[in-house]
Amino acid sequence: MAETNTHTKNDNSAVKRIWTVFVILSIVTIVEVVLGIFRPDFLVHTDFVYLSLLNWIFILLTIYKAYYIVWAFMHMEHETKGLRRAIIWTSGFLIIYLVFIFLTEGNYIYEVMKNGFVAWDF
Amino acid sequence: METAVAKTGTESKTWGGGPKSPLKVSYGKLMMWVFLASDSLTFSGFLASYGLIRFKFSDEWPIADEVFNHFPFLHGVDAPMYYVALMTFILIFSSVTMVLAVDAGHKMQKGKVTTYLFLTIIGGLIFLGSQAWEWKNFINGTYGAVKTKGGNIVQFVDTQGERLAIADVAQALPGQRVHQKPSEAIWYSFDERDIPTYSLEEVKKGFMANEDILVRIQTLDDRGQKVILSRDKSISLIENQAAGVVEGANLTENEYGPPLFADFFFFITGFHGFHVSIGVMLNIIIFFNVLIGTYEKRGSYEMVEKVGLYWHFVDLVWVFVFTFFYLV
Repeated sequence: MAETNTHTKNDNSAVKRIWTVFVILSIVTIVEVVLGIFRPDFLVHTDFVYLSLLNWIFILLTIYKAYYIVWAFMHMEHETKGLRRAIIWTSGFLIIYLVFIFLTEGNYIYEVMKNGFVAWDF
Repeated sequence: METAVAKTGTESKTWGGGPKSPLKVSYGKLMMWVFLASDSLTFSGFLASYGLIRFKFSDEWPIADEVFNHFPFLHGVDAPMYYVALMTFILIFSSVTMVLAVDAGHKMQKGKVTTYLFLTIIGGLIFLGSQAWEWKNFINGTYGAVKTKGGNIVQFVDTQGERLAIADVAQALPGQRVHQKPSEAIWYSFDERDIPTYSLEEVKKGFMANEDILVRIQTLDDRGQKVILSRDKSISLIENQAAGVVEGANLTENEYGPPLFADFFFFITGFHGFHVSIGVMLNIIIFFNVLIGTYEKRGSYEMVEKVGLYWHFVDLVWVFVFTFFYLV
């Protein structure tokens, strides 16, 4: 599989990259935890498309971390464009669609429980 | 008879059917990627349904900071999230050692691969132990709560809004049920569920006797805090609607809130923990293969790379579980 190991040529840069990514992931995690503990009021109470700003920040930071794990740790950045798209686009599309329909449905159930005429707490 | 196979004249092109793999990746690695893509759909199925239930109960979901606030050796100290953050670091760090092992494998450095793989296994085991501890705290519970007839959970607080445990509220009554030991009885069977430490009657009595105890319901106010009822409303709720005492968590009820909260916690972190333990086992297998020189003889450490892909995936999933269970 020598032809796939394009990054073996420059030995130390690969190791350096690993540690850089580790530092990035650690910093992002620390930021998440700090935000999670203090929960700044204006972030919690500003809503943007069904979610608070704070939750959007958490989700974006998570995707940012996921990007680094897949690209650097799983070496996706060294794979061919075809493999990248076969894996990322396929699962990405399916997951986004799944999350969209599930959350829409969940919100609908919430509205029915809240505004419907059937008592469910008795 | 090589003429039996028609030549298309496109063999030299990437997708022309020639001998070269278009994706420039070995069969094993490609299949690992395909497996991980399908596995990620399983996890997103879990997390998306968790999201659905979360949206359904968006007015009354438990506050994660209150549920997961234990830290080893800090008994009774409110330490929201520190422990999960530590677990996240352990898993990310074991990912780092794994990718270092893969990198050493590319350079055919057997010694380094051995060391890094060993560290990865240790990291995985620490993570599994931490998760077991987290489950133990979750199952045992801290404060206990009362379940209403409608299936809602209500908790006790003092006038400052500090949580009170069932043990602080209840007053012992004579003649309550006791646990019998096998040695004391001729015929012995287990209850379907354990008897709570305090019966509902004892909790009610203690609650009525102390003016300073209020009831906190699951509904969240617009500041994201649980609503605390006035003393009068608390009394009428406990008098008319209390149905039982809940301590800790299982699949049918839990002291934190809707039963589905515990169900999803058990299923999602359990399924993830299952993946971690499979990963640790795979790591141990290839660790011994490295030791006896299997990959050295084969001339390639690609197996370490394939198992590494799986291990990073486990880390990847945890990043999402961490966000959606503990942060959002």
